[in-house]
Amino acid sequence: MGKQALTTIFLLLITAASASAETEMADTMRSNGKIYVVVVVLATIFAGIFAYLIMLDRKIGKLEKENK
Amino acid sequence: MRSWGWKIICIILCMYVVVAGFLLPVPRLDILNETIRNLYFHVPMWFTMIVLFGAAFYYSIKYLRTGNLQDDIYAVQFTNTGIFFSILGMLTGMEWAQYTWGAAWSNDPKQLGTAMSMLIYFAYTILRSGLKDDEKKAKISAVYNVFAFAMMVPLIFVLPRMVDSLHPGNGGNPAFAKYDLDSDMRKVFYPAVAGWIMLGWWIATLKTRLALVRYKGENTLQFELEKKQTNG
Repeated sequence: MGKQALTTIFLLLITAASASAETEMADTMRSNGKIYVVVVVLATIFAGIFAYLIMLDRKIGKLEKENK
Repeated sequence: MRSWGWKIICIILCMYVVVAGFLLPVPRLDILNETIRNLYFHVPMWFTMIVLFGAAFYYSIKYLRTGNLQDDIYAVQFTNTGIFFSILGMLTGMEWAQYTWGAAWSNDPKQLGTAMSMLIYFAYTILRSGLKDDEKKAKISAVYNVFAFAMMVPLIFVLPRMVDSLHPGNGGNPAFAKYDLDSDMRKVFYPAVAGWIMLGWWIATLKTRLALVRYKGENTLQFELEKKQTNG
């Protein structure tokens, strides 16, 4: 286990670390928590859509009962 | 007003996908970057479409066997909802392609195959609107629907896999399942597929129930009119 081996391992680790960081991702959005804003907005929209669907479902259920 | 259980599961799955789809880690891949998360939304559109068209195919065959117009209503509404999801899938796919493949439309075999099967299904609605007699309309469109489904399978599943395609899993391109779709993504992708299919099914059943109510209403009217005619 010479100095050379240690340096190669070290270099490999550095390249591995930098390679994973090279690909651009929305890391800043994640680190400052802004991603939660996106999630909240989407969750609100979906909650609204589902509330609407449930309403429709119940309305159609009533119609079905009336027509029986 | 049938069972609410699976609808609640559908809501939970879809809400989970919206939250976890953006918060759980995804593999860092060049070009795709964060857009890989579209996998949770774009791909389930097609799965939903296929399930809905499959249901329409089933009810078309059932109509041809029984001649019951209610089965025709099922087939129509499942097809219409399937078309809706195919349009969503196509639009999301074009938006995704614009930023990853460089163009919204690159004549990719899978894009072309899907566009062709979409046109086949558009023709189904046009065919229906062109026929006046209910029985004839139901019978002809049921036969057409069987052919449409039989065309969709090779156009979407077989032909794109035999030529070069930009889509993963086609023409030598690796599928997501091979290594891109890691265990983190599976945790969201499978619930996403299940959740979206259930959502599509829910919408389709709502439309079907409404159409059935209308059909029954119309038939009682017809029935009463016939009664009046025979009495008067």
